[in-house]
Amino acid sequence: MVTDPVLLQAAAELFPNGISRYAVGGLLVGLGTVLIYVGTGIPAGASTFLESTLSYVSDQSRFQQYVGSRDWRLVFTAGIILGGLAFAATFQSGLVTSSLYEPGTTGRLYEVAGVTLWTTDVQPWRLFLGGILVGIGTRIGKGCTSGHGVCGVGSASKTSLVGVMTFLTVAIGTAQVVAALGVSP
Amino acid sequence: MSDRHPLFKPLIFVGGIVFGFGLGFSHMARPEVVLNFLQFDDLGLPFVMFGAAIVSGIAFALLPRIRDAAPLTGDPYERRLKPFDRNVLVGGAVFGVGWGLSGICPGAAYASLGVGNVTILWALAGMFLGAYAQGYWRSRTRARDTAATSAD
Repeated sequence: MVTDPVLLQAAAELFPNGISRYAVGGLLVGLGTVLIYVGTGIPAGASTFLESTLSYVSDQSRFQQYVGSRDWRLVFTAGIILGGLAFAATFQSGLVTSSLYEPGTTGRLYEVAGVTLWTTDVQPWRLFLGGILVGIGTRIGKGCTSGHGVCGVGSASKTSLVGVMTFLTVAIGTAQVVAALGVSP
Repeated sequence: MSDRHPLFKPLIFVGGIVFGFGLGFSHMARPEVVLNFLQFDDLGLPFVMFGAAIVSGIAFALLPRIRDAAPLTGDPYERRLKPFDRNVLVGGAVFGVGWGLSGICPGAAYASLGVGNVTILWALAGMFLGAYAQGYWRSRTRARDTAATSAD
């Protein structure tokens, strides 16, 4: 165990919520990816869903190339939403507690039918404008945080490593500038 | 497709649930937590993506040595390798601006809806709009390029 008070204080400042919820959450994200990969051989990413779902309503060739995978991608996304709800009904609602889970203080909690739900304070215009750029960028850049970040990095793909370094660096710069301009939250 | 194993979609569904539960548990489904990381107020977030990458990396490395093909599809186990070109940099930079502005990425947005974040529908609407805009533009560009080539 680390007992040096200077180190402990530095760790508390850098990791005010500890690291266990992040690490355990990451292991579960990885486990979900592995379950699908073991059974199907598919390294599933989340952002292709945006284009494959558009193939139901648009006959543009760019979307039609995903017709073969659009049904299971819909199922994957439905699972992710339900997984979030399962988390809300257990840990977020306080029904299950663990020393590995740090609740945190962001956003606002509200209750529906005994389940504690959570909603963000980040302003809608940031979410909408940012969302547009996420939709354009992930599809042109061949992947998102799960496609490049989890599956690509897990594959030791140089393309994905460069992709991750690019979006991570630009995102840090953007968030710092937006915060410096006084936009919060 | 239609001749796929009956357990194909159920497995994808269960995998998605575990995946989404992890995004909720890690708080990556909360834009504030992502923004706190990008502003260096809480450096825990990389444990999510890199933790997941290590777990999947072990499977990607081991499975091809254990089995030739996946049981539910018959597909060979392959790593996720995509060709590098300028698009990876351009798209990555555009994604980076969007992620830095909103604090949300596609998978985390789906999970965020599940934890009750109705406001995230703004981000999801934006993502579909952005994906549509680039797809519309690229479909047209590709059709024009094909037409120009065949006319030569």
